[in-house]
Amino acid sequence: MSKKDMPIEKSHIMMFARSIGDPNPIYYDEDHANDSDIGSIIAPPTFTQASAQFDPDYFLRPKIDGNGWFGSGKEPTGAKKEGSSSGGDGGGAAMGLHAEQHFEYHRPVRPGDILTPETKPGKTWEKDSKRAGKLKFSESVTEFRDQNGELVVTAIGVGVQTEKPVEN
Amino acid sequence: MLDKSKINVGDTHSEVVVEDLKRTQIVQYAGASGDYNPLHSDEIFTTKVVGYPSVFAHGMLSMGLTGKMLTNYVGDALLKKFGVRFTNQVWPGDTLTSKATVMSIREENGETLVDLNIETTNQDDVTVITGSAVALAK
Repeated sequence: MSKKDMPIEKSHIMMFARSIGDPNPIYYDEDHANDSDIGSIIAPPTFTQASAQFDPDYFLRPKIDGNGWFGSGKEPTGAKKEGSSSGGDGGGAAMGLHAEQHFEYHRPVRPGDILTPETKPGKTWEKDSKRAGKLKFSESVTEFRDQNGELVVTAIGVGVQTEKPVEN
Repeated sequence: MLDKSKINVGDTHSEVVVEDLKRTQIVQYAGASGDYNPLHSDEIFTTKVVGYPSVFAHGMLSMGLTGKMLTNYVGDALLKKFGVRFTNQVWPGDTLTSKATVMSIREENGETLVDLNIETTNQDDVTVITGSAVALAK
């Protein structure tokens, strides 16, 4: 296994389906799933997003010792302040928002699969907005391949860094 | 499942996908997805440091909720593509309705493919997600 491989487990699929409020038995009930045309439990369409769990360096998960995390503890942010800006690097990191997400499905994701994600940077562009100042968009393309090297899901994400919080 | 003998351009399907979204569900999504960005669970950080009025849902939670409507409509393991833009934030207390509209029906490599337009709106009729999907009809 490479260090970011995502082993697909049925308990993880069940927890993920619960978190999106989806009671579809194809996501947790083995008897139902095995008797269906599909023949096994499968993962919901957005499940590969949970591959973040298997990236040891994922920056939106506190490190095991909790140090350096930019969320609140004793202070409103744990990020080291630089200069006089109220946010420090914590505020900066938090300005990243998800702008778009696209999936292409080549086959269903099933328990027992081991998916290897390979991410390549895509396009970048900028735009001015009234609600959030200058916006910097960047695209990344992730191919999830299975244990046989076959393409299972292609995920294209677009992130945006905003100059200031989005006005609502 | 989309029945190719019955489906027509202009057909729609909509569902309320969450009512009065709870902060705890956002925390559940953080735990399941692995995205622990404090913007979604840490009210103190989000209001005092970043300056939003409260925590808000992961875009991918809104997409997951929207996907529930979609798979209920098209059936399991029949999606070919699903893509969205996050057009507005989703806040605790929001009630979201997701809708799919059949835009076209076409034959490709012996399969019947259905192009869908996707939109999710909140209780104030503000669009939070726009998107599209391609599903296999049987």
